[in-house]
Amino acid sequence: MFDHRKRLIKWITIIFSLLVLLIFSIFMSLMIGVMGPIGKGVPDKEKIGMEEIFQILIGKGSYPSTHKSIILDIRLPRILLAGIIGAALATAGCAMQGIFRNPMASPYILGISSGAAFGAALAIVIGLNIFGLNSVQILAFSFALLDIFIVYNIAKYKGAVPTENLLLAGIAVGYFFSALVSFIKYIAGEELRTIVFWLMGGLWNASWEKVYMTFPLAVLGIFILFLFSRELNIMLTGEISAMSVGINVEQTKKIILIFSTLITAISVSVAGIIGFVGLIIPHIMRLLVGSDHRILIPSSCLMGATFLILTDALARSIIQPSEIPVGIITSLFGVPFFIYLLRRKKTVRWW
Amino acid sequence: MVVKIKVKNVSFSYGSIKALENVSFEIENEFVGIIGPNGSGKTTLLNCMAGFLKSDGCILINGKDINKLDRKKVAREIGIVPQIPNISFPLTVFDIVLMGRNPHKKMLEFMNEKDIKIANDAMEAVGIEHLADRTITELSGGELQKVIIARALAQQPNILLLDEPTAHLDIHHQIEILSLIKSLIGKGITAIAVLHDLNLASCFCDKIILLNKGKIFAIGNVKEVITPDNIYTVYGIRVDILQHPKSKKPVIIFPE
Repeated sequence: MFDHRKRLIKWITIIFSLLVLLIFSIFMSLMIGVMGPIGKGVPDKEKIGMEEIFQILIGKGSYPSTHKSIILDIRLPRILLAGIIGAALATAGCAMQGIFRNPMASPYILGISSGAAFGAALAIVIGLNIFGLNSVQILAFSFALLDIFIVYNIAKYKGAVPTENLLLAGIAVGYFFSALVSFIKYIAGEELRTIVFWLMGGLWNASWEKVYMTFPLAVLGIFILFLFSRELNIMLTGEISAMSVGINVEQTKKIILIFSTLITAISVSVAGIIGFVGLIIPHIMRLLVGSDHRILIPSSCLMGATFLILTDALARSIIQPSEIPVGIITSLFGVPFFIYLLRRKKTVRWW
Repeated sequence: MVVKIKVKNVSFSYGSIKALENVSFEIENEFVGIIGPNGSGKTTLLNCMAGFLKSDGCILINGKDINKLDRKKVAREIGIVPQIPNISFPLTVFDIVLMGRNPHKKMLEFMNEKDIKIANDAMEAVGIEHLADRTITELSGGELQKVIIARALAQQPNILLLDEPTAHLDIHHQIEILSLIKSLIGKGITAIAVLHDLNLASCFCDKIILLNKGKIFAIGNVKEVITPDNIYTVYGIRVDILQHPKSKKPVIIFPE
């Protein structure tokens, strides 16, 4: 007999621990910065104190208004944005690896990143301003969706969308957009630096506005992908096998693709192309909690958030007062950890 | 409950290549073996009956055309055991078997105690309850085949379609799996299996369909279909056929 209670307790413990880790990482990250408490940009007596942060968060006690705005208007939105984007990318990666049954799959596998990059580069070069909104973000988002629309329609064959077709179409269209991005970079002149920075991915532009914009769509997408855990599990056994137990494979693939794409596109449009998180966090969690999407998706989501919050904290504190793009940090620090796990669990066949 | 399967004028082509031409037959509550040389359309026929391939003609289960049912309804009627899928991720045996309950669930509906009991019963029926919390990557071919059969049983289907259920198995497991399928016939299930081994088909099946080039060459009970002439015409080899001393069924032996 299979012991459900035992597994349920194990899963709840995992989720609870990851939640604790996430909350811890948020507080850690709140304390890091030029103004302290952790950081060395200003003399000690001008620094923000530990207790001060808690007072600011609960809105009691006395503190300078500059400190309040550093914590609430600069650090907090940036941390929350990092959390949402990390969660979205890790979840999308999980879902993509699941439907493609391919460990190389990442949220960017269908060329979303190249599409978004083209949109962003275009907006930066022509510098247009639509409805007073941030045109870089809007064009990045639109071209990411356009990319998927083209890929999907190229891959469609007799009403079905074979995953091999999707992968190849994704690579082809991705290369096409990359070529366009290279062309824009070539003719960009003094905007080149801005484009290159955007492509590296980073959260230095974080604001409450962006948090509000990203949050609803990301949470909705993550939640819907989580609801499809059972279907994702069944899809792992192959498409014929999934049809045998009553799964409408094409429809399921389409829904999962749509929501993974949406949360990836919204993440890329606000933070540029942050690599590694979407590819490796699901693998790390698979090594730690197993392949069952019912636990894999929520734990990847929480771990993705924690990971990006912590790496972003590093990115803005290693060479204070300047900062480096978080995409560099995610790979530099994530890869050794991943290799360590891979070596340690070498005997487990995990894909 | 008696299940009637009626296959009427079923044809299917892959592009311009005709794989099945005007196949018609009727079966009810028996173990049917589909035999024939490679490329004769066995798996295509099975896939048409499963509704994976949309064929011309119709396939009726108790009067309902399966090409007009959605996948969940089909999966409540038909349990499918595909050729052993190459599964290389560590889900537990229990979870795989529980997937068989999916056709009985609405989208997002949770599995309940009843589903868990049915999955446990299915594992017991094929004798794999001791494997429940093992991961499928650790299983042997024979064990994996039983898991997939248990999953099909958890669907509580009236019909089982099996594509070469004995491929890659040793004789012990071949006999075990086919006996298991045969025992299900007594419980009201109709089983249709693609088989390569003619002696096994002769030993276990009630009815044999011999396919040749996409058409039914012969259909009937074992003695009618497995004859030296039929085998020569379809497979192009001369064989001798003896009679099993106990079951009186035909046994094929190959000439020197």
